[in-house]
Amino acid sequence: MESSDCMVVVAPAESYSLEYGGQNEAIFGRRTERIAREIAERRASGRASVRIQDRGALEVTLRARIETAFERALEVEKEGEVAR
Amino acid sequence: MKAAARAEKKDEKKRRPCRSMLYMPGNNPGMMQHVPAFGADSVLLDLEDAVSDREKDAARHLVSRFVGEIDFGDTLVTVRVNGADTPWFQKDLEEVIPAAPAAVRVPKCHSPEDVKHADDLIGRIEREHGMLPGGVKIHAMLETAHGIEQAFEIARASERVEALTLGGQDLTADLGVQKTRDGVELFYARGRVVMAAKAAGLMAFDTVWTDIDDMEGLKAEAKLAVQMGFTGKAAIHPSQVEAIHEAYRPDPKELRRAFRIIGAAERAEREGKGVISVDGRMVDGPVVTRAFSLIGLGRLYGIEEEEDIR
Repeated sequence: MESSDCMVVVAPAESYSLEYGGQNEAIFGRRTERIAREIAERRASGRASVRIQDRGALEVTLRARIETAFERALEVEKEGEVAR
Repeated sequence: MKAAARAEKKDEKKRRPCRSMLYMPGNNPGMMQHVPAFGADSVLLDLEDAVSDREKDAARHLVSRFVGEIDFGDTLVTVRVNGADTPWFQKDLEEVIPAAPAAVRVPKCHSPEDVKHADDLIGRIEREHGMLPGGVKIHAMLETAHGIEQAFEIARASERVEALTLGGQDLTADLGVQKTRDGVELFYARGRVVMAAKAAGLMAFDTVWTDIDDMEGLKAEAKLAVQMGFTGKAAIHPSQVEAIHEAYRPDPKELRRAFRIIGAAERAEREGKGVISVDGRMVDGPVVTRAFSLIGLGRLYGIEEEEDIR
């Protein structure tokens, strides 16, 4: 992963949780918590565990990466349902 | 009023200068957030060749957010979407257009129908989002022999087309020839693209110089692009921007003469004279027009009047 970017992993879960790691955790922790929770609520009614490894991502980057992760996770889930 | 200001006034309906268009991989936030620092007149956030198939969705989300939310300063922002023959074309437009980039670069335009297809889609998206109709322009990329032969029809296919751009990499592949250092194999295509674009009142952009270590080659090619009438040239690395701008810098001797021409033309107009001469050469309409455009160019290099020329 390059600097100014972040890696997001999303998995289905009973309730919302966030695991956040990065150099600037103290500065960006609250911002990240707010954004991740908002997207998790909207995309999956909060039923998701989110892991973020941050290398100094701007808010736009963080949002784009989280949205992509949720979209991909939901896509996989949908395909799973179709297969069943 | 200073001549440069007049030139600008005369040119005010024309677009902002676009000497350089810097390609940027659409999935690289670190580069995109530093756009103003690279000093390019415009950037091309790339969703096509610079992004792997697996990351098309991630890059699309990133680019549309960047375009919509980040202040790029004076840099004009354009986005290269994936081609109409790919599964990403429509999704790219649906997400990028609402962010309102200045233009989208549509790759592999073979025919006017390709442009009309893109125009229809963009128009629909603009309507759905309550945007100004026709606000997002199309830069049609010509990179096949068929596309080059249809250059003028493509240029005229829609009001939305603002520029023709030459894609030299794919074109040489289509022609079955090698890309050489002096670029003789692209000579006809360059001429054709410029002629069609100018005939339709559009901008024309030259292809990239791919060898980032060969600065001399880039300088020579950029000079050729300027001589042939290209509005600007694409760059694939920030280090190429300055060399491209340098190629557009007017020659000091010619620029001095341009100021003298404008001065003489204005005097002649005041005194009701018809034909005039400067430095023993006749000055008529086209000469004055060329002088104005040279002065407009000089302004980009901080030259407002003759005394500024060193």
